[in-house]
Parts: sequence; C-alpha cells; structure tokens
Amino acid sequence: MSVTSVDKDFDHLNLTLVADFGAPLERVWQLWADPRQLERWWGPPSHPATVEQHDLTPGGDVTYFMTDPEGEQYRGWWRVTSVNPPRSLEFTDGFADQDGTPLADMPITTTRIELSEHDGGTRMRLRSVFDSREQMDQLMSMGAAEGLQQAVGQMDALLAD
Amino acid sequence: MVVYELADEAVDHLFHALADATRRDILRRCLRDEPSVSRLTKAYPMSFAAVQKHVAALERAGLVTKERRGREQLVHTDLDAVRRARQALDRLETAWRGRVERMSDLLAQDTDTEESSTRGQPR
Repeated sequence: MSVTSVDKDFDHLNLTLVADFGAPLERVWQLWADPRQLERWWGPPSHPATVEQHDLTPGGDVTYFMTDPEGEQYRGWWRVTSVNPPRSLEFTDGFADQDGTPLADMPITTTRIELSEHDGGTRMRLRSVFDSREQMDQLMSMGAAEGLQQAVGQMDALLAD
Repeated sequence: MVVYELADEAVDHLFHALADATRRDILRRCLRDEPSVSRLTKAYPMSFAAVQKHVAALERAGLVTKERRGREQLVHTDLDAVRRARQALDRLETAWRGRVERMSDLLAQDTDTEESSTRGQPR
C-alpha cells in the first residue's frame, strides 16, 4: 500500500493524503514533471489523459484532455501557482470547453504536493481543496464564510447523533 | 475530474443555500421537526411569501423536501443533500487513491525493468 494516511476536513472541504513510495525523490518528481508520465496516471483507466501543454513554471499552464470509452473528450487545465523542483508543486485545476477556454462556472480544486526523503524512499504529501469560486466569492463578500463553517459544522454534529 | 463533476455541483448548491442566515436557520429547524411553512413564518419577522421563497431556494438546492398534508405543506431537511458535501470529498479521495496506485504501478515497472535487464530474471 502506497497510501499511508488520508484525512478529510468536512468543514473546510479539503483532503490531505500522505503516500510513501519506494523510489528516489527525483524519480517521483518525474511522475509530475514528465508529461508522458503524467498522462499514465492522471486519468482513470476508463478516461486516459493526453497532455498537450505542460509548463511547470509559476503562472504556467498544463492543458490536457481525457477521452471516455465512447471517444468523447473532456478538456481540463492546471494553472501552476508555485513550483520548487523537485520538492513542491501547487496548482489550481478545472475544466475547459472544447477550445480550451477555462469554464468559469465549473468548480476548481487547488492542490499542493510536497515531496521529501523518507525511510530510503519518498514521501508525498498532498493537500487538495475544493474551490467553488463563484459561491465562495459571494459568501466572502457577504461576510458569511464564518457562518457557513459554523452551519456545516453544526450539521455534522447533528448528523453524528 | 470528470468522474466527480456532479458531486462538485452539489457542493456548489450547498454553499449557495447556506449563504443566508435565515435559510441556515430553516434547515436546522426542519432537521428533526417537520413544520409547515405557515408555522415557520411565525419564527421570522417576515412575510409568508418571503419565507416561502427561502424554502423554495432550499428545495431547488435539494436541501429540503416539501410534503403536502391536508391544506399544509410540511418542510423537512434532506439529510442526503447535506451528506453530498461528504460524498464530494469521498470521491476526491477515491480519485487520488486511484492516482497514487497508478503512480506506484509506474514506479514498480522501473524496478521490474531494472531487475530483468541487470539480473536477467524472467518475470
């Protein structure tokens, strides 16, 4: 098993995953940094990914499409927000239309990965946050972010009964 | 991403519905109890029509269900909708577990290739 731990924070809609690999850090970094490697693991086997642009520099873009069993293509993008090869990478990712233009009304996730040497192999720590941008902006401007956290927290407490 | 598209939308609906204090309060009131819209109206300094609008917004988001009983409409919080936020995270977890597994497989292929080429072991 590569996945060492998974922690889900329901109030803040994020996920932290720790995985350990028996391979050198540089090799694990290549899984992200080499587009041919990336497309072998990013999409599920039913939706293999084809990476087109792949620019892992701050502000750089990664664009790809996934092909479903019927041959239909779904386009996606990353925008790199910070990168420190071969140790860390942070990017937002979302969907795009057939021309590759990001879809503003679709949800966005922000993911940060950190690689470190661990037990003769490599530990990958990954944190992924749901960013329902439009609604979150709206919430912030209404000063309701705190109220939302409270409400979801309270509901969780009620559900736990 | 494609595989949990629907779950993301559900999360967005949840955010929107929860952006209003009155709607959050209605959700809490209707979690254990099933008040009618007219009974709910008595709890807020607003008109029947205004409360009905909030209930309609919650209903559109799938957070409450309405049931007609006689001349009244009873409102009940749909726990499944609240659980969708959890499901969205569960799906994100599933997606990343799958990716990590595929990463492992790729790394294992390196070792296989090395072993078979350096030691000539048949696999």
